[in-house]
Order: sequence, then structure tokens, then C-alpha cells
Amino acid sequence: MTARAPASVVEMRGLSTLIGDHYVHRNLDLRVEPGQIVGLVGGSGSGKTTLLRQIIGLLHPAAGSVRLFGHDLAAVSAVDQRAMLRRLGMLFQGGALFSALPVFDNIAFPLRELRCLDEDWIRRLVNLKLAMVELKPEHGKLMPAELSGGMVKRVALARALALEPELLLLDEPTAGLDPDRSRTFADLLRELKSELHLTVIMVTHDLDTLARLATHVAVLAEQRIVEFGPLAEIMAGDHPLVAAFRGGESTKVM
Amino acid sequence: MNSAPRLQVESGKVVLAGEWTLAALLPHLSELESKLASEDLADHLWDLADVSRMDSAAAVLLWRAWNERWPGRLEVSAMHRRMLERVATAPLTAVADVAPPPGLIERVGYLVLTLIANIKGLVVIYGQMLLDLSYLFRHPSEMPWREIAANIYKAGAMALPVTALVGFLIGVTISYLSALQLRSFGADLFIVNILGVSIIRELGPVLVAVLVAGRSGSSMTAQIGVMRVTEEIDALSAMGVSRSIRVVLPKLLALTVTMPLLVLWASAMALLGGMVSALLQLGIPFAYFFENLQRAVPVANLVIGLSKGLVFGFTIAWVACHFGLRVKPNTESLSANTTRSVVTAITLVILIDAVFAIFTRSIGIPQL
Repeated sequence: MTARAPASVVEMRGLSTLIGDHYVHRNLDLRVEPGQIVGLVGGSGSGKTTLLRQIIGLLHPAAGSVRLFGHDLAAVSAVDQRAMLRRLGMLFQGGALFSALPVFDNIAFPLRELRCLDEDWIRRLVNLKLAMVELKPEHGKLMPAELSGGMVKRVALARALALEPELLLLDEPTAGLDPDRSRTFADLLRELKSELHLTVIMVTHDLDTLARLATHVAVLAEQRIVEFGPLAEIMAGDHPLVAAFRGGESTKVM
Repeated sequence: MNSAPRLQVESGKVVLAGEWTLAALLPHLSELESKLASEDLADHLWDLADVSRMDSAAAVLLWRAWNERWPGRLEVSAMHRRMLERVATAPLTAVADVAPPPGLIERVGYLVLTLIANIKGLVVIYGQMLLDLSYLFRHPSEMPWREIAANIYKAGAMALPVTALVGFLIGVTISYLSALQLRSFGADLFIVNILGVSIIRELGPVLVAVLVAGRSGSSMTAQIGVMRVTEEIDALSAMGVSRSIRVVLPKLLALTVTMPLLVLWASAMALLGGMVSALLQLGIPFAYFFENLQRAVPVANLVIGLSKGLVFGFTIAWVACHFGLRVKPNTESLSANTTRSVVTAITLVILIDAVFAIFTRSIGIPQL
């Protein structure tokens, strides 16, 4: 692999998403640079999750383009596509754990798919990831159905981190975690970011996490990104949605 | 920034540089591993100062190369040392010991226990159905008519085309094969007796039961199973809605009502197919066929065929609901139970058919 290109990690230009006959996004622009932690905020049903699905190629743009690590995901070959997808980790809103596999195998799954690592290596890595999200190795034997909601989130995060991704997409990472845990979660991500130059795009409603973690904020409304900029700048702005967020923040962050 | 991970062994010194991440390591993995394992490097000075990035996969690689001990002399940035420390202190579970494959006695015992659990589950559903029916008799307004109607439509009306097609084709086939044999004896006219008795009494009900078990039984199990996986069943209970009345009972009643009608329909189609084939093969006109059908097939056969349909329908729905409720909240269990539901239903149907044959052996057979 060549030196890391200075290109944006994610670049969307004039993106339109059509689901059925309903436009979710229309002419949307967003650029995420390496090392940014972007908090994606917006009202319920404004298409935040759909935007994440666009990034990883689960949906195809009706117009415009999505470039991931500088390449158009739809235009590259299948082999390159897999290599690109290995460079990102996605935490789905509901966890999306494989219900037939125990926790350990869920986290080991992407590592085993590489077909290069031996079992001892995989076991160490999985235990490391479990420890990262504050789970014990014993938890590895549990089935996803036996986990609490918060544990599902943490296991899903561990799985998203398994391949040491450069880009992490998080859909509501702290929903279902108690405030203490979501604070540790934010600290963990910040540490990862400083060690690995991780880029993160996260959908969140949790202002505490947003304030602790995000370097940038993107506001999704009216089918496009209405505001994008550094956290402090956006929070000082006067978009009604931001104002509503800020209204909540003063009572919540304190 | 040069990104490939590099490893240089100089005199008494190991220099690591570049990007030590999983993605960057993979293309060079075998080369690096053999270099790390080639000689005893533990006493060397490890210089990791030029490593630009290190993730936990690389840290594990190094930690294993060091035989899980810190090397005597190590130069590493504080950030990467933290990563290594995390690996060093990570709990290491023993390899889970694989349970030995169960012996013959264990396996038989397990089968018997499963059988008992299944029979118990079936009895519970049956008992619950009786309780529900007596409750609904006292509170008729709570009868789940809409669900029953929906199930009749799905399992009955929607199944009409496929049962008609299969019935017709089976009728044609049997008629054709019988005609070949009968013609060699000059007993052409007995085709009416053969088709009439075999289709109405035996083939129609069993054929429809197999089709319905595959079609509706599996979908009932899958539906209840998914409702278990997604906790919808629990949501119903939380709203104070009885899952047995809303989910199980309509399926039982609907299939019990629908099956005799489907049997009638499929038998009629099979006879039609047989008639067409008899006309083409043996030149037996429809009118003759109709006239003699009444004489050759006593009406008791129709009663037996339809009551078989009734029992088969109930059995299929019963088994389907039982296995649906046994689904554990994971996809593997869902598919296993759907398979079990269909296989068990078809096996039971054929068993029951044999029992019917024994108990009705002196009924409805025309004495010549």
C-alpha cells in the first residue's frame, strides 16, 4: 500500500439518495478529513443512518458521488472494494451481531476472514478488544441473545474495531449505555484516535459524547448538510436545530 | 511518510520503522514473522522510535516475538508503549477445551429427552387450545376472527393454484399408468374404481397434507419464530394480549377448517386429470366416468378422505406452532426448527394415515 494519500477519507458531492419515490438526501455535500471526529446530528428520520449506508456502499447514489479513501466505491474492482471495506469499521444501530455465533466468534469473524492470522493471535486480539470495551474474556462465551442492550453495543464496537480500521462509522454508539460508560467510551475513542489517527463519523443524540469527543459537527436537515464545521463554531451558530441542541446542552452537559 | 513496516537486525540492535498496523502488515506478514523468529533477539536493543503507527495487532505480533517478556533494552515512544502494555496485561484465556463427542448412550438419552420435551410441548399447546376455546365460548366477542380469516386466506385460498396443478398432474399420471395395465387384462372400465377409491380416500388427503406442510407449516413456524427472535411475542404479552389466542389458535382453527376444503378441491382436480387421461388413453367418455363413480366409490370414502384432511390440517398447524414457539432468539435455531416442523409434520401425517387405514379397513370398500 502506498503512503497515505492526503485525500479526504470520505467525500460526498451532490449526493442524492432515492428510496422508493422519496428523496432522503438531495444535493448533499460533505468532506471528512483524516483525523476528524465528525458528529452527525439531525432530527429523527432526517437520513443520518442512510448517509452511513451510502458511505459503505449499501446504497447507491441516485445522483452525485461518494468517494471513500479517495476512490469511488462503485467504480473499483471487487478485490479493491473488499480491501477498502476492511479499512473501515461500522457499528450498526441495533448491533447487527451474528445471532448464531457467540460473542468471541462475532469479534473474531472479521479477523478470521483475513485468513492470515493464527488462532492464538486472534484469541489475543479478541481478548484485547473485549478488554477495550470493558468486557471480560468470560463474556466471549455468551450468545448475543443473552446480552443486555448496552453489552450488545459494546460487543458491536469491539467487532467494528477488530480490523484496526482507519475509519469508524458509529450509529448511535452511546444509546443504551449509562452516562458513566458513555464517558469511558468517549475516552476510549479519543485515545484510539491519538494512537491510530482514527477518523470517526458518528450519528449521535448524546450531547455529552458530542461535546467530549467530536472535533467537527455536521448538521443534517432539509435533505442536505446545512452546517458543517468545528464543534465550537457550530454550537455557537444559530441554526434552529443547533439552537435546540444547545438548549438541551446547557442543562445536560453541566 | 514511508508506510511499509520495516525490520532491520543490526549488530545487537533491532530497528523497527514504518507503519506497524494490521493493514500494512498483511502483505509482509510471512517475511516479518520469519525474521522475528529467525534468531534469539531477546537480548538485542529494540529500537521502535521510528515506528509511525502501531496498532494492537502489531503489538501482539511483537509481544509474541518477545516470548511475552519485555526485552531488556527497548526504545519506544510513550504512546506505543501504552499499546504494548495493554497487550502485556490483557487477560489470556485458556483455549476452550472442546467437549468430547457424546457417546451412544448419551446420544440416545438426549434423543429420548428431546422427544419427551416435544411431546410435552405439544400437549401444552393442545391443553392451552382447549382452555382458550372454553374462554372464548364464554367471551365470544374476543374471538380472533380477523386472524382466522387471514390465515384461511393465506393457507387456503392462496394454495388453490398449486394444489390444483399438482393434483391434476398426479391424476393424469396414475390414470395413464393404470390404463396401461388394465388394458392388458381387458379390464378398462375398472379405471373408474381405481381412480375413485385411491384418489378420494388416500392420495388426495396425503398429497395436500405434504404440500400444505411444506407451504403453510413452514411459514407458520417461521412467522412465530421470527416473532420470538424480535421479541414481538413478548410485546403482545406486555400489552395483555394472549399470544395463544392471537397467534396460535387462529392458525390451528384456520388450517383445520381449510384442509378438508383443499382436499376436496385437489381430489376433484386429480379426478379431472384422471378423466382426461382415461378419455385419451382408453376412450372412456366423461359421462360414463361420472355415472360409474357414484356406483364404484361409496360415499364413506369421501367422508374418510375429508376427515383425514381435518386431522392432517390440525396436526400440521399443531406441529408448526409447537416448533415456532421453541425457536431460540438466533437465526440458526430458526432454520433448524422450521426444518424440524416440516419433517415432523409430514412424518406424523403419514403415520396417522396408516392408523386411519387400519381402523377404516372394512369401511367404504365396494364389495363386488
